[in-house]
Amino acid sequence: MEKFTQLRGTAAPMDMINIDTDMIIPKQYLKTIKRTGLGKHAFAEMRYNEDGSEKPDFVLNKPQYRNAQVIVAEDNFGCGSSREHAPWALLDFGIKCVISTSFADIFYNNCFKNGILPIQVTHEQLRELMDDAGKGSNAVLEIDLENQTIGRPNGESVSFEIDPHRKHCLINGLDDIGQTLQQASKIDSFEEQRKAATPWA
Amino acid sequence: MATPRTLFDKIWQSHLVDVQEDGSCLIYIDRHLVHEVTSPQAFEGLKLAGRKVRRPDLTLAVADHNVPTSDRSKGIADEESRIQVETLEKNVKDFGVPYFPVLDVRQGIVHIIGPEQGFTLPGMTIVCGDSHTATHGAFGSLAFGIGTSEVEHVLATQTLPQAPAKNMRITVEGKVPEGVTSKDVILAIIGKIGTAGGTGHVVEFAGEAIREMSMESRMTVCNMTIEGGARAGMIAPDETTFAYLKGRPMAPKGGEWELAVEYWKTLPSDEGARYDKEVVLKAEDIIPQVTWGTSPQDVVPVTGHTPDPAAESDPGKKASIERSLAYMGLAPNTPMTEVKIDKVFIGSCTNGRIEDIRAAAAIAKGRKVADSVYAMVVPGSGLVKEQAEQEGLDVILKEAGFDWREPGCSMCLAMNADKLEPGERCASTSNRNFQGRQGPGGRTHLVSPSMAAAAAVTGHLSDVRALAN
Repeated sequence: MEKFTQLRGTAAPMDMINIDTDMIIPKQYLKTIKRTGLGKHAFAEMRYNEDGSEKPDFVLNKPQYRNAQVIVAEDNFGCGSSREHAPWALLDFGIKCVISTSFADIFYNNCFKNGILPIQVTHEQLRELMDDAGKGSNAVLEIDLENQTIGRPNGESVSFEIDPHRKHCLINGLDDIGQTLQQASKIDSFEEQRKAATPWA
Repeated sequence: MATPRTLFDKIWQSHLVDVQEDGSCLIYIDRHLVHEVTSPQAFEGLKLAGRKVRRPDLTLAVADHNVPTSDRSKGIADEESRIQVETLEKNVKDFGVPYFPVLDVRQGIVHIIGPEQGFTLPGMTIVCGDSHTATHGAFGSLAFGIGTSEVEHVLATQTLPQAPAKNMRITVEGKVPEGVTSKDVILAIIGKIGTAGGTGHVVEFAGEAIREMSMESRMTVCNMTIEGGARAGMIAPDETTFAYLKGRPMAPKGGEWELAVEYWKTLPSDEGARYDKEVVLKAEDIIPQVTWGTSPQDVVPVTGHTPDPAAESDPGKKASIERSLAYMGLAPNTPMTEVKIDKVFIGSCTNGRIEDIRAAAAIAKGRKVADSVYAMVVPGSGLVKEQAEQEGLDVILKEAGFDWREPGCSMCLAMNADKLEPGERCASTSNRNFQGRQGPGGRTHLVSPSMAAAAAVTGHLSDVRALAN
C-alpha cells in the first residue's frame, strides 16, 4: 500500500448527503476480477449520458476539477454496499482524500486499506471547506496527516481527529496481513482454547 | 459483582485474540462466507503473496450475485458474469474451500444458505464481503460486512483487526398489528433513525414484537440494519433460535448440541447492561411501509404521501427531496396508493425465505397480476424453492401470473440479466432504493412481500390490509 503523508491537491465539492457506494461505482462495473481500471467508471451514472458522452455539469467533468485529488461531501459518505470497488474507483480516478461530516463504517474502513484518507470534520468546518472547494482552480487544500491539519486557500488551517493506529498504518503504508501474521502464535493458542471451550464452533 | 454486559460485549470479549497498547484489537472470525463479486481480488492477493487459506473448514463459498434466474443448465450468457463465477470455482478448488455449485440444490443467496445449513450459529463472529451479512445477527451472532482487503485478511489469518463498536438498543414494544410484517418494522425503524442513525454502533433489537418474530422475520430485521448505518444488528438467541437450528446439516449434533445450547443461553444481555444509544418504538403505531425516494430512510406509511420540499426549511434536505422526487418521477404530496408500478420483485436476502413466499402467495391466491405489470418471484435458495414447491406455492403464484424463477440475488442489485429499464417503476422486497440500484434509471419502492404481491395484483402501490381476508 502506498504511504499517505502529505497531499496538496484540488478539492471537488459534492454538496450532497448520502453519497452511496452504488453512486460511486454502479454494480455493472463490479464484474471485474481486478482492483485496477475502475477510475473511468467512478460516479458513472452521474458522470456520463446514456450514449457515453460526459455530462458537462457534473463536478468531476469540469475542467478545473478533472484532476481533483480531494472530494468534499456532505453527511454519510460511502453508505450502502461493502464493495471495495468504491475506494478502488476513487483511487484509480486520482482521489486520495475524502472530507465529510460522517462516513459509513465499512467504506471508512476500506479507505484505509487502500491508502485513501477519509477525514471527518464538523458541520461548520465542512461548510467552509465546501466554499473553498467551490473556488475552481483556487480550490487547493493541503492535507498534512502527521500534524492532522487541512490547510485552506486563505492560509487558515483546520485540525482533524484520527485513530492513532490507522494513522500509523497509513503514514507507513503498512500491510495488515503481514502485521497480523506476526501474531500467528497468539492465533494458534486462541484456536486451541476455543476448540476446548466451544468444540462445535 | 461483574459489570453487566450486552450480547455484543460478550461475543466481542470472547473473540479477542490480541489487544495492542494503542487499543487496537485483533478478533477471531468463526465463519467466513464468500461470494464471487468481492472475492477474486482477495484470492489473487493470496496467490501473489504465496499464502494459504488458514481455515477452509470455517469458510463457505457460493455464487449468487451474477447467476441467472432462468434455466442455468446452459451456463451464464454474459461473459463478465461467467468469468467471475468461473474465477470463484477455480479459487475454491485451488484453496480447498467448500463450495455449493450453481446447479446444487443448496445454492442460493449467501445470507440465506448460511442459516439454512446451520453454518450460522449463535455467539459466533461471522463475516462476508457483503454489507447484508448483518442478516446472521438474527441468531445472536456478531455478523458484519467487510471489504475485499478484509476478505483476504480473514482468508489468510482467520482474524480481523477491528475497533470495538458502541452498543445501541432498539426496542419495539408491544405486538405488531395485523398486516404488518418485520419488513415494515425495520423500514419504520430506518425512517425514525435515518440511514446514519446506527453508524459506529452494533444494534441489538429487543422488545416483545422482536421476541415474537420467527427466525425468518428476525433475519429481515437484522438484514437491513446496515440501511440504518450500523454494520451489525443482533437479536438474543432463545427457544425460537434453537428450534430453527436443531437438525440443520452443519449445526452441532448429540452431546455437542446440548453443550452449545447451554452456552447460547448465557449470551443474552445481562440485566442492567449499558447501551450508548437507545431507541424505542411502539409496534401498534407501525402500519405497512413504502419508500418514496432514493434512500431507505425516505419511507412513509402506505396511507401517506410523498413529501413537499416547500415544507422543508433545511436547504440541504430540501434539495435532497427535490432530487429524489425528480429521479422517482413523482410530484410532491402524491398519495402513495396512486403510484402505478411496472414491475414487482419478490426475493433477495431481505425477503427471499419461505415465509416471504408464503406471504406473497397468500395475497396472490385467487387473484391475477395486473395486465400492465410483470411480477417475478425469486426464491433465496434452491432449498427454499424446493420447499415452496412442496407446499404448492409455486402453483398459486404461477396461476396468478407471477414468474417463478431460479434462486439468486437477481433484481435486488441487477448484476445478472434481471433489471429495470430506465424509468420503470418497481415494488420490490429488496433492501436498497438507491438511484440505479435495480438498473440504470430504474425506480424502486421498497415494501414487504405481501405489499409487493398486493401491488402486483392491483397495478399500483396498495395497502395490503384492504386485500387480506
